[in-house]
Amino acid sequence: MTPPAGQLVVEKLILHFGGLTALSGVNLEARPGEILAVIGPNGAGKTSLLNCISGLYHPNSGTITFGQKDITKMPAPTRARLGIARTFQNIELFRHMTVLENLMLGRHIHLKTGVLAGGLYWRWAQSEEVQHRRVVEEIIDFLEIERIRKKTVGTLAYGLQKRVELGRALALEPKLLLLDEPMAGMNTEEKEDMARFILDINEERGVTVILIEHDMGVVMDISDRVAVLDFGRKIAEGKPEEVKENPEVIKAYLGGKDLQLTVV
Amino acid sequence: MVFLLQLIVSGLVIGGVYALVALGFVLIYKASDVINFAQGEFLLIGAHLALTFLLVFNLPFIPAVLGALTVAVVLGAAVERVVLRPLIGEPIISMIMATIGLSSALRGLLQVFWGTETRTFPNIFPQDAINLGGVVVSQVYLWSLGIALVLLALFSFFFKRSIMGIAMRATADDQQAALSMGISVKVAFAVTWALAAAISTVGGVLLGNINGVNISLAHFGLKVLPVVILGGLDSIPGAIVGGFIIGILENLAGGYLDPLLGGGVKEVAPFIILVLILMLKPYGLFGKQVIERV
Repeated sequence: MTPPAGQLVVEKLILHFGGLTALSGVNLEARPGEILAVIGPNGAGKTSLLNCISGLYHPNSGTITFGQKDITKMPAPTRARLGIARTFQNIELFRHMTVLENLMLGRHIHLKTGVLAGGLYWRWAQSEEVQHRRVVEEIIDFLEIERIRKKTVGTLAYGLQKRVELGRALALEPKLLLLDEPMAGMNTEEKEDMARFILDINEERGVTVILIEHDMGVVMDISDRVAVLDFGRKIAEGKPEEVKENPEVIKAYLGGKDLQLTVV
Repeated sequence: MVFLLQLIVSGLVIGGVYALVALGFVLIYKASDVINFAQGEFLLIGAHLALTFLLVFNLPFIPAVLGALTVAVVLGAAVERVVLRPLIGEPIISMIMATIGLSSALRGLLQVFWGTETRTFPNIFPQDAINLGGVVVSQVYLWSLGIALVLLALFSFFFKRSIMGIAMRATADDQQAALSMGISVKVAFAVTWALAAAISTVGGVLLGNINGVNISLAHFGLKVLPVVILGGLDSIPGAIVGGFIIGILENLAGGYLDPLLGGGVKEVAPFIILVLILMLKPYGLFGKQVIERV
C-alpha cells in the first residue's frame, strides 16, 4: 500500500551547529491526518527539527520522507510546493503588507501564470487571481478576521498576527502543517480560539499537523500523539496520557524521579 | 520669470533620468538591503553595449538597445550569482564593500574593452529645440523624460501587481517567510539584479545621448545617492519624487548661485541636500522607518 500524502517520516536525523549538537539521531513519524505534538524543555531541538522538515535547515545526516518522496535535500520553496506549510515561533509575516496581501502570497505556489505573463499582468492572470481571492476569502471567514483584512499586518495585535500567520500557511492548502508555538504569549480566550482553529483544520481539511507547544493543557487536549525531545534526542512518544506518566519525561521537565508532572 | 521656468523645466527633465537610475538603486536595496556602488558602472556598460551594437554591428537603434538590454540582464544576473550570492548570510557591510570592489573591477574592464575616449551616439532623437512659451528645451531631453516616465510607471505597476514583483517585495520583507511560501529567494535576487542592470542600461543610453559616453557617466551613479536618500532608500515613489526634486534644486542652485559664487554650485548642491536630509529626516520622505527595540 502506498503511504497517504500527509505522512512524514523522519529517520536518524542529526544536525550540528559547529560543536553544538541540536539533533542527535531523531526518529519521528507523523501519521496522515493526525495532530502530533512535539514537546520538550527549551533548547531541546524542537524548532531545529521543524526547520529541518520545512527546509530552512539542512541536516548533517538522516532522511526526511514526505509521502513517498525523499525531501532531505530539497530546497524550502520546493517543499512548500509539495504541500508543507508552516508558521514561526516569532511571527514572520510580511509586516508592510496588508492581511489580504499576506494571504494572497500564500497562494504563490498555486499561481500557474509564468514569470513573464505574470510580470505583464495579462487578463487571464487576472481571472486566475479572482479564483485565488475566493480561496483566501474562505480562509478569512474561517479564521474570523474579516474586519482586519485591509489592515497592514505590522499594526495588528500580537494574537491577531498569529492568526494571520496561520491563515497564510492555510492559503498554501498544505497537506502537512507545521506550527511552532502557535499559542505562545496568548491569553486563555485566544488560546481557546486557536485550539479550535487547529482542530477544525485537522478535521475538516484532513491536514496533518505537527505542533510545538509549551502549554501542556492544550497539548494534552488536542493532540492525538505526543513526542518528547530532550537535548536533541527523542525520549518518549505515545498517547498524551502515556507520555504524561512516563518517568523519563517527568525527569526531563522537573529534573527528578519522584516528582509528579502537574498537568491541568 | 522665463529664466526660473527654464531652470525648472531643465531640472524636471534631468530629474526623470535621475529617478530612473535611482530606481535601479532602490530595487537592489529593497530586495537585499545592499547599496550598490557599482550602479554607475552599470550605466556606463549599458551605454557602451548599446553603442557597440549600433556602431560595430550596425544595428538600428531599437534592436541595438534590445541587444544591450539582453546582455545587461545576463550580466546583472551573473554579478548576483558570482559576487553577491556567496556573501548571503554575511554582514551587509561585506556585500556593500563587494560592490565597491565590483565597481573598480568593472571600471578597469570597461577601459580595456572600450578605451577612455569619449564616444558619442549618432543623432537618434530630433535635434531641434522646442520652444514652450519662451522656455527652450532640446528634444533629446523631452524624449528622455518621456521614456523615463513610461518606465517608471511600468515598474511601479510591476511591483504593485505582478506575481514576480510581489514575490520580490515579500523576499525583501522577510526571507524566511518567503521561502516557506514557496518563493525562491535566489530567483528573486537574480531577477532584482537583472532588472537593475536593465534599467541602468536604459539610463545609460539616455544620458549617453545627452552627454556622450565616457567615465563621467559612472560618476552619475554616485550622484543619484542624494536622490535615493531623499526619497527613502526602499521607496519606489520616493525615487521618482526624489529624482525630480534633486533635478530641480540642482538646476536652481546652479542658475542662481553659480554667478554669485563663481560656479560649481550645481555639482555640490545635491550633496549639501544629502547632508541636510540625513540630519533632518534620515529615513527620507517615503522610506520605511525602522525602529529597533533593544
